Amino acid sequence: MSEPILELRGINKSFGPVHVLHDVDFAVHPGEVTALVGDNGAGKSTLVKSIAGIHPIDSGQVLFNGEEVHIHGPREAADLGIEVVYQDLALCDNLDIVQNMFLGRERGKLGLLDEADMEQAARKTLASLSVRTVKSVRTQVSSLSGGQRQTVAIAKSVLWDSKVVLLDEPTAALGVAQTRQVLDLVRRLAEQGLGVVLISHNMNDVFEVSDRIACLYLGRMAAELPTKDVTHGQVVELITAGRSGDLGIARPENATV
Amino acid sequence: MTENAADTATGEMTTGETSAAKVTESGDKSGAIADFGIDTTSQSTGEALKDYLSRVRGGELGSLPALLGLLVLLIVFSSLSDTFLTLGNISNLLAQGAGRTIIAMGLVFVLLLGEIDLSAGTASGVAASVMALHLVEGGNLLGGMGNVVFIIFCVLLAIAIALAALLRIWPGVALSGVALLICVLGVPANPWVEMLLALCVGTAIGCITGYLVAKVGIPSFVVTLALFLAWGGVILQFIGDGGTLGLNNEVLFKVANGNLSTVSSWGLFVLAAGGYAAVVLGRHFGRLRRGLVAQPTALVAIKVGAVVLFSAVATYLLTVNRSASTLVQISGVPYVVPIVLALLTAGTLVLDRTRYGRHIYAVGGNAEAARRAGINVAKIRMSVFVIASSVAALGAIVYSSKVGSVDPNAGGGNTLLFAVGAAVIGGTSLFGGKGRVSNAVIGGAVLATIENGLGLLKQPAAVVAIVTGLVLLLAATVDALSRRRAAVAKR
Ligand SMILES: Nc1ncnc2c1ncn2[C@@H]1O[C@H](COP(=O)(O)OP(=O)(O)OP(=O)(O)O)[C@@H](O)[C@H]1O
Ligand SMILES: [Mg+2]
Repeated sequence: MSEPILELRGINKSFGPVHVLHDVDFAVHPGEVTALVGDNGAGKSTLVKSIAGIHPIDSGQVLFNGEEVHIHGPREAADLGIEVVYQDLALCDNLDIVQNMFLGRERGKLGLLDEADMEQAARKTLASLSVRTVKSVRTQVSSLSGGQRQTVAIAKSVLWDSKVVLLDEPTAALGVAQTRQVLDLVRRLAEQGLGVVLISHNMNDVFEVSDRIACLYLGRMAAELPTKDVTHGQVVELITAGRSGDLGIARPENATV
Repeated sequence: MTENAADTATGEMTTGETSAAKVTESGDKSGAIADFGIDTTSQSTGEALKDYLSRVRGGELGSLPALLGLLVLLIVFSSLSDTFLTLGNISNLLAQGAGRTIIAMGLVFVLLLGEIDLSAGTASGVAASVMALHLVEGGNLLGGMGNVVFIIFCVLLAIAIALAALLRIWPGVALSGVALLICVLGVPANPWVEMLLALCVGTAIGCITGYLVAKVGIPSFVVTLALFLAWGGVILQFIGDGGTLGLNNEVLFKVANGNLSTVSSWGLFVLAAGGYAAVVLGRHFGRLRRGLVAQPTALVAIKVGAVVLFSAVATYLLTVNRSASTLVQISGVPYVVPIVLALLTAGTLVLDRTRYGRHIYAVGGNAEAARRAGINVAKIRMSVFVIASSVAALGAIVYSSKVGSVDPNAGGGNTLLFAVGAAVIGGTSLFGGKGRVSNAVIGGAVLATIENGLGLLKQPAAVVAIVTGLVLLLAATVDALSRRRAAVAKR
């Protein structure tokens, strides 16, 4: 197995008195899709945001390409090649699709924008995702449907030459055909050698595209296993009880938030 | 001026907002892009117009209500008053509204973030009074202010420099530094130095306001309400109760009261109208060449033609002698026209074409999304207050020049409310994320016209105030309703 491109060791994160992540270890391998599963409130989004530099971590190590890194903000995560599709999408309603896709990384010289260049690049990316229902790349995001917005958020993350892509429930609002597109894209990204993390509550999708499954239970990493070694039922048990047979946390009943 | 500027602005606005959504006539070659239905089908001028109408119905009104309102006002006042449409009155109207319109242009940046700067008016008054004091005292601010006040003033300037440096807003550091230097070195009075000093004092004030809002995290409403009161007191301290500082200087007087020569007026026309045409047409054909979404060429040509024609007529009329007496001749485009046009161009360029401007819109639209995109939200938030106060100081130069003196009421009263009103009437949203500098110019023209027209009709101040208030209420209603409309149209 390849060396992980991104590795977390003993990550802790609290929001005030709420201890959300407990000593979480997590690894993302290049060329693989790692599914991150867990119940509502298990801490999946918090983990993703900690990696992305949105929430500073309280303790623990982050290794990128084997070297320890300290990510202090979204900018630094992006510079390392980490892209994130957030669960709440994080789009600006008052900007159009192109403007959103390039937000914070606009192209152009001397602070002036090169709109034409950005527009062409955005259209190419969207076309590769087979976005058929959006009239124009200059449509304001406020006038898009939920699924279209999600597609824009995903397109935004694949526009860049990234090494790790974290997708937080990217198919939650998508129709059948669009979900298919996104799952194919997830596989395609992995085949291109990227490390992909997919958060999803849909077990069928998880088993279809992932190489490994990591399961969070109340902020603890219950298990991290190759997909082919586990069954549907085991994963569901890990999610809901933190333990399944000899897999999982030793004493999930002692786990508290 | 204001009308001329307003028209240029609208033309520019429509290009900015709609061109992209319209469609290329040339169509596209690349197959992959065929996925974007409308991006590639060609569309006639008629269809483009229909598209625009549906956007308007969907709540994207922009400056349309204000422009229609301005038209109605012009018709009403010119039919009720014989003097309203005379050349002398129109040029007077331009100079009357210019100062507060300029303040409004700076405020647009703050409003774009959904913030408010209630202190912009009195902050501009502080800039004006420092400027006047420096001029009257021949550059000796120490003598004019007294030791204690002077030291406090210099310390505040130094604090402003430090705060701007903390967030790495270098223009803020530089301009505040210039203000401190002028004060400490006692640079002798000179009209150009005075204007620079006013600008720099405005910048320093903005650094302080911006830091309190962006870094300390006090709501802008509270910070600027407090500073509104405080700066009012500072002006009173500088000038003295019941005092007045005269601006007895040819150059300073001419800013708002002088006119360009006939030749320069036409030079301005060539520069402004030609520049506008070159930019709009250049962009249009550039997009067509690259196979990008663009408006129909005919529509663009009509728009450019209309702007050029309008500016030509306006320039011609303003170069005709408009003096009421036969003894003196008054002609030429007032200086305030190029001043407002330059600020309008610069502001529009910054907001539409630069990374910084894009980030302002992003923070105004969704601050959290902007933060996740790696934008330094606090820096953007602080910087808009620096811009607002700096531009307000420029407005102060113009309105002080108009009356020829600075008194303790400078920038007080309804100056600020006029400025906020102008921006909102022109179509800038109080909810943030939506607005343009041209909105302030168009809205400023509406308010100046109301004031001027009702004045000519010998209406008392009470009526003027009530009508102005109602117009602002109307504009805010249009803003709120169009937001609701946009929210409904979305689903
Ligand atoms: N900014 C915050 N402040 C305080 N508590 C937070 C914050 N963000 C998340 N939490 C808490 O952290 C816990 C984990 O939340 P998180 O969003 O990571 O869950 P999740 O696994 O993504 O759930 P879901 O499947 O519902 O998206 C929750 O109990 C939540 O209340
Ligand atoms: Mg989540």
